[in-house]
Amino acid sequence: MSDIADRVKKIVVEHLGVEEDKVVENASFIDDLGADSLDTVELVMAFEEEFGIEIPDDAAETIQTFGDATKFIKEAS
Amino acid sequence: MFNLKGKSALVTGASGGIGGEIAKILHAQGATVALSGTRVEPLEALASELGERAHVLPCNLSDFEAVDALPKQAVEAMGAVDILVNNAGITRDNLFMRMSDDEWQSVIDVNLTSTFKLCKGVLRGMMKARWGRIVNISSVVGATGNPGQGNYAASKAGMVGMSKSLAYEVASRGITVNCIAPGFITTPMTEKLTDDQKSGILGQIPAGRMGDAGEIAAAALYLASAEAGYTTGTTLHVNGGMAMI
Repeated sequence: MSDIADRVKKIVVEHLGVEEDKVVENASFIDDLGADSLDTVELVMAFEEEFGIEIPDDAAETIQTFGDATKFIKEAS
Repeated sequence: MFNLKGKSALVTGASGGIGGEIAKILHAQGATVALSGTRVEPLEALASELGERAHVLPCNLSDFEAVDALPKQAVEAMGAVDILVNNAGITRDNLFMRMSDDEWQSVIDVNLTSTFKLCKGVLRGMMKARWGRIVNISSVVGATGNPGQGNYAASKAGMVGMSKSLAYEVASRGITVNCIAPGFITTPMTEKLTDDQKSGILGQIPAGRMGDAGEIAAAALYLASAEAGYTTGTTLHVNGGMAMI
């Protein structure tokens, strides 16, 4: 697993308080990991800070799963 | 009680009567304050009166780019914004049938849209800190209406609905959002009323007098305090009994 995916996973685990093995490629933050809509906003904020990138609102809306997040961040950073 | 040591507060309209008193009381309780307003001179005067822990951040709230920049400037000056008091407001009264689009829009822009933008601008830091206090200064006329103030009343009622919605969203993060609805308070804004208007108003106030800015500031201090952590989405009416709602 790439470094980016590891760092994203760490943020998700810490923020949502879920087991690491639940954070799989297709895991939806809201449906599978128990996030509410505000959690997803906070996750995006945390990703922005961790990776020093800007995630515009319309892009943030497309980040629904762990896989979406790693893919977006890989492309952006 | 109501100790604000270590907290940082951004107060808009701090060059005005109510805003100045709010800034003073927050500062007196230990907060660092950023004083915002359009008129630099009274802001500077207030800052030098307060001494340490006071910053002047001039901002014209009808200039949306400046509004967007203000929370960042406040964070640069103070390190954080833990408390936001949206106090600035303007009136451009006219009979509804005569009200121009510009009179409508300018009041909505300054009173409501800038409040939205400033709330949005400070939320990120408050969410991370899991602590925040937003106090929006509405008005009794937002609840009761007032002839000649269709624009102002709409902006102030809009503030209440907006605050409640935001309060829902961020309550779980330790952030409270409340409004204060002052009645008639002795300030430069109410000085503009004619004597006839004033005596008419006094007849409607059970307390038999106008309020003073310090009485609004005291309410703001409560809502900004740690002790008010369970109070959110509410509107505190401070109006001498003129509207018991």
